[in-house]
Amino acid sequence: MKKVLVIILLITIGYFLVETFVDIPFGENRIGNIDANNNTVAGYYLSNTIEKTKVANVITAIVVNYRGLDTLGEVTVLFLASTGLASILYRRKEEEEDVERLNLPSSRLMRTGIRVLFPTIVLLGIYVFIHGHLTPGGGFQGGTIVATGFLLMLITYKGFNTNHNRMAWIESLAGLSFVGIGIWGLLSGNTFLENSSEVGVLNSLISGGLIPVIYIVVGLKVAVELTGILDILLKIKPKK
Amino acid sequence: MQEQFNEIFIRYHEIITLGVYGTSIALILIGLYAVLIKKNLVKIVIGLTIMDAGIHLLFVGIGYIQGGTAPIFSPGYENAADRMVDPVPQALVLTAIIIGFAITAVALSLIIRLYKHHNTAKIDQIKFLKW
Repeated sequence: MKKVLVIILLITIGYFLVETFVDIPFGENRIGNIDANNNTVAGYYLSNTIEKTKVANVITAIVVNYRGLDTLGEVTVLFLASTGLASILYRRKEEEEDVERLNLPSSRLMRTGIRVLFPTIVLLGIYVFIHGHLTPGGGFQGGTIVATGFLLMLITYKGFNTNHNRMAWIESLAGLSFVGIGIWGLLSGNTFLENSSEVGVLNSLISGGLIPVIYIVVGLKVAVELTGILDILLKIKPKK
Repeated sequence: MQEQFNEIFIRYHEIITLGVYGTSIALILIGLYAVLIKKNLVKIVIGLTIMDAGIHLLFVGIGYIQGGTAPIFSPGYENAADRMVDPVPQALVLTAIIIGFAITAVALSLIIRLYKHHNTAKIDQIKFLKW
């Protein structure tokens, strides 16, 4: 009975969704010509990004510069998620000794392969967030790649442990420097998070003023937070 | 070559439209079905992430432009602004993915706590409202 009701509900929702979206032609150019008279949001971003920010990746320019305050909020949400997860799964000191990391015995192939792959993956992640303003990717993606490397290490080696103290330091410093860059914009007489330094040359590594700096900071913060979340979630198996 | 491609594209345009929008709407509905029907809390969270994926696909699909390139002014593409896809949905989806991840992480931690307390992750067997 419940299933029938749910399926009727889903069919109704699906019908109205399809009816709405069938009117939006797929692949149609709704932006129009990119020039000064273009008054769509996308047209503004596409025509002004190069001159104003000298950042090749328009999405990076939107995420970090035009909507920088949004990204600060996003990083805050991620921070709250990792803190919330840590406090929900909090254990007292004496309980801490009764748990061990979820750890299946890993084969020699896995152990040898991960030892080679781990630095490569971390390097790739760092590359992705340093080049966030030039190539696809950025702080969030690069941070996630770094965390993947740490996840492989955590599930393969029983003896591999993350240094919580150092991670907390990196996370706090990264968060503080994001806010500090925002306040630097205020101090230099502009608005919060205003990109107030020299913008550099398009398509070179040092371009876009403060945008790469912010993305590197975001990348470090995301990497550390995701590694922390994975570390906490893996340590749930009670010791027999 | 380009003309041929355009011809094929026009012929199958309806199918592609239906494919992209249909897939994303189907993903949203499958996720909603899992959320409404499934009893296991982990499966409900999986349903939420499937819904997330559908919404992201829908967003990026609306922003697509036929024959468009990624909105990145790489060397050789400095003047290609006219055929770049809409960057705004992509930036929004980037935000949405992070928020979805945060929701999933917190939901899973709550499920772990509930499982430890009630020894079950079935939502209909958790009858006590207090811890």
